[in-house]
Amino acid sequence: MRTLLVLLIATAMAGCQREQRELRLDPPTAAALDKIALMPNGISGAPPNVYFALDKPYESNAYNLSQGKRLYSWFACKSCHGDGQGGIGPAFLDGWWYYGPEMVSIFASIRDGRPHGMPAFREKMTTEQIWQLAGYVQTIGAYRAKTAAPSRNDEKQTRPSENRAPAAKLFDEGPTPVHPDQGPTP
Amino acid sequence: MTRVMKPAALLPLALMLAGCDGWQSAWDVHGESAISLKQLIILIVAVCSVVWALVMIALIVALLRRRVRAEPPVAVDAGTERRMTITVVMAVAATVVIITVFTVSSFFTTRALSVAGGDDLTIKVRGLQWWWGVEYFGASPEQRFETANEIHIPVGRNVRLQLEGLDVIHSFWVPSLAGKQDLIPGRPNELTLRAERAGVYRGQCAEFCGLQHAHMSFFVIAEDQAAFDQWVNAQRQGAAAPPDEETAAGRQAFLSKPCAACHTIRGTAADGKTGPDLTHVGGRTMIASGLLPTTRGSLAAWIADPQTLKPGNNMPMVPMTPEELRAISAYLASLK
Repeated sequence: MRTLLVLLIATAMAGCQREQRELRLDPPTAAALDKIALMPNGISGAPPNVYFALDKPYESNAYNLSQGKRLYSWFACKSCHGDGQGGIGPAFLDGWWYYGPEMVSIFASIRDGRPHGMPAFREKMTTEQIWQLAGYVQTIGAYRAKTAAPSRNDEKQTRPSENRAPAAKLFDEGPTPVHPDQGPTP
Repeated sequence: MTRVMKPAALLPLALMLAGCDGWQSAWDVHGESAISLKQLIILIVAVCSVVWALVMIALIVALLRRRVRAEPPVAVDAGTERRMTITVVMAVAATVVIITVFTVSSFFTTRALSVAGGDDLTIKVRGLQWWWGVEYFGASPEQRFETANEIHIPVGRNVRLQLEGLDVIHSFWVPSLAGKQDLIPGRPNELTLRAERAGVYRGQCAEFCGLQHAHMSFFVIAEDQAAFDQWVNAQRQGAAAPPDEETAAGRQAFLSKPCAACHTIRGTAADGKTGPDLTHVGGRTMIASGLLPTTRGSLAAWIADPQTLKPGNNMPMVPMTPEELRAISAYLASLK
């Protein structure tokens, strides 16, 4: 009986642990986060070691995803990519990543720009902001559902929420199979 | 015990009353709506205090003069019955009268607050996490200008504020001038401010809005019409050219760094819309929504490490050299 009670209390206490918000990134850490290793063709590569030391904070931390969502509208990503459906720029919702779905590719696309109109944001945003935005963009076209979600929309929803893995349906065997080129890199 | 208790009980009361005057107090009122609100508060508190005192006296008298009857009275005493009837009727009548008086006076106060003054001065106030955007209009679009965390109004005029929340719900409250009004995303609200006396009145966000809710204050500066017109004309001008070499370098650094992506300095290429307008930031009393007085030093401290001074705010720490930091803070302080 007593063991059961202790177990119950321990289970309840486990719920007290909340996600940590890293509000202030130390300048040396921010500088180190900028040192990504990109493949020569600009697609995929490796994030710096500090990214793993921080436990990949920009993919799974709800606060960072929310900040990324804020930056998505602040830096007018919507004007080309819409609400993820695309427009002048490519869509994120369809799961078709021109430069792969890895964080480093998205980070490099935002920081350095890409051919055919994607501008570089190196001079407009800090490294931390670019990582936050990259995490959010990856979430829009994620293949797998995330437990962390950015804040909800105030305006009308035009698509499923970001954490509902909108691109996952592309891999359903369903009545109309997807294009063989689409999907996550092996 | 009671001799010790009495001064001890009076001390918090004295402390509370000491907080009742100053530049942010619903007790120290200088605006039309704040004055009528204060009258309503005084009326209700006074009447309720009298009622409370009478009830307490009746209760104590009843306790002291209680009579223990051996057995329940069987015969109805006509005299007692009449007295009881009169007492009950009087109590009911008093309740009805008091509730009516409260309802009517509350109705008239609320109606006085909600009637917008027939004045042409309209100011748009936006609430954001965690600062206030203030927009003035003019006869033509180029006379429009923006500022932040500081609202100048002319004394004795009804100023209509259009309130708009851009992220979460905030509440606009200048206790010395008016009651609270919420700023709700997607739902424009209005509030009429009228200052009867020139002065600086502090306002504060009155709806919990996140980490830095407590650091979301602003100032309403009421001044006479001539001073107000002068201020408006000065604000309509773009930023002055940098007076010396260091400030010129500061402007250059400001424009080439991420600063310009979020902040506007009219008259330069900086036209970001997400942060406060900095065209005349050096002329405002405080920076970061009432956090620090505007000096070159506080500007430098804020730019160097905004997340330590106001954790969670949306200004990032932008990497820069000490020379750049000095130059940018000198430039911003020079923008009077």
